[in-house]
Amino acid sequence: MFPLRIAGLAFAPNGKAVLDGVDLELSGEGITVVLGPNGAGKTVLLRLLAGLLPAGRGRLDWGGAALPSGRLAMVFQQPMVLRLSVWANVEFALRPQALSPAERRRRTARVLERVGLAERSRDSARLLSGGERQRLALARAWAVAPRLLLLDEPTASLDPGATEAVERIVREIRTDGAKILMTTHNLGQATRLADDIVFLAAGRVQEHGPANAFFARPQSAAARAYLQGELPWRLPFAR
Amino acid sequence: MGHTLGEAFALLASLDSRLLQVVGLSLRVSLSALALGTLLGLPLGAWLAVSRFRGRGAAIVAINALMGLPSVVVGVLVYLLLSRSGPFGGFGLLFSPAAMVAAQTVLVVPLIAAVSRQIVEEAWRDYAPELSLIGLSRWQSAFLLLADCRFALSVATLAGLGRAMSEVGAVMIVGGNIDGYTRVMTTAIALETSKGDLALAIALGLVLMAVILALNAAAYGLRAWAGRRYG
Ligand SMILES: Nc1ncnc2c1ncn2[C@@H]1O[C@H](COP(=O)(O)OP(=O)(O)OP(=O)(O)O)[C@@H](O)[C@H]1O
Ligand SMILES: [Mg+2]
Repeated sequence: MFPLRIAGLAFAPNGKAVLDGVDLELSGEGITVVLGPNGAGKTVLLRLLAGLLPAGRGRLDWGGAALPSGRLAMVFQQPMVLRLSVWANVEFALRPQALSPAERRRRTARVLERVGLAERSRDSARLLSGGERQRLALARAWAVAPRLLLLDEPTASLDPGATEAVERIVREIRTDGAKILMTTHNLGQATRLADDIVFLAAGRVQEHGPANAFFARPQSAAARAYLQGELPWRLPFAR
Repeated sequence: MGHTLGEAFALLASLDSRLLQVVGLSLRVSLSALALGTLLGLPLGAWLAVSRFRGRGAAIVAINALMGLPSVVVGVLVYLLLSRSGPFGGFGLLFSPAAMVAAQTVLVVPLIAAVSRQIVEEAWRDYAPELSLIGLSRWQSAFLLLADCRFALSVATLAGLGRAMSEVGAVMIVGGNIDGYTRVMTTAIALETSKGDLALAIALGLVLMAVILALNAAAYGLRAWAGRRYG
């Protein structure tokens, strides 16, 4: 399934190119963070990889195969929360797999334990807070033991404590053997989590390299502008 | 008028046995039809919501149209099916409560299917990417979303019961309005009114209204409770 080679990937739904020839190679280890301004196509890229959008042109090569051989999971920015118990919200994701009911229960209990929602198992999932919902979504993705986990802004609008909890879980999922590809606008989070950074702008990958190098010496003008724009003392009108 | 109303209340207060029998049969027939209609209508609606096939649009239009089908037409249709020369004539069901259950089921299935299709499809629009990525089959998705939408669906189901209990044309045709055997509230009201026995008609009308009112109150209460309990 890895390395994943993306070549010339384009997405132009209404003639207007959102992605315009994305070239990228991802190894099967570590955490890759995709950065880029709003509307750069980060979400679109994740959805294309998940097979949820039809690519215009370009090629995906999953370690020599046209389709991923391992399991792929995705946590959406607004994860689905069914009007069922917390437990049921995780358990149903295991139904497509050939697992015994006992094994399904064991896995559900284990991931709920690991995201700190074990005591909430019987509660209605719709009553969870934003941070708890995000942990629930991570538990659901974790339960299927994915080889590739796609996370779309997993901590948008979470407070620092909830953000830290999510980051801890993400690291644990990586340690469990999942490659992680995530987006965020939280640069602190990117420095904390990323092994490598992909910078996406104007429909293309502008930079891809080790995280510390990216933050120390961004190569492209677009990345420099993006990073400076994120600094709190740089007001938008001062640019 | 005041006199008849007084008589009607007297009938109710004395728990008149004729009245109780008619009310009892009404409830048995309509609840049976509702049970069957739910069993068929919910999966049908949910499946239409999550599946994509040629002719799906036509199927949805057909079901929406059937929802507004006049009950007498359903009555005639079921009559033809159950009559001696019809395909199900051998069962000898015509002019029995079973025939009435069949007719009301035919009335209720499109209503429940149409409403549940709409409700489940709304949820499906939001969740389809996640559910398909998780790898659920269409049927697994359909049943999961039925569970997710169960409170909204219970309201659709109660609307079905309302339709079954209040229709008169279908049960009249396939049941025959036989005293003590196939006479239900609506057919009794129609008959007693035409005979001039307004007291019984009004008493039955009051019971019917009370039942419909209670159903709506139950639906409202259920949704309010579910909103607090499940968010
Ligand atoms: N299915 C689609 N059909 C047509 N256009 C789309 C579709 N999905 C996204 N777009 C467009 O693609 C562009 C990029 O969207 P995308 O959501 O990928 O941005 P993003 O990088 O994730 O931005 P943000 O940081 O705000 O989340 C937007 O202009 C959006 O309107
Ligand atoms: Mg996005």
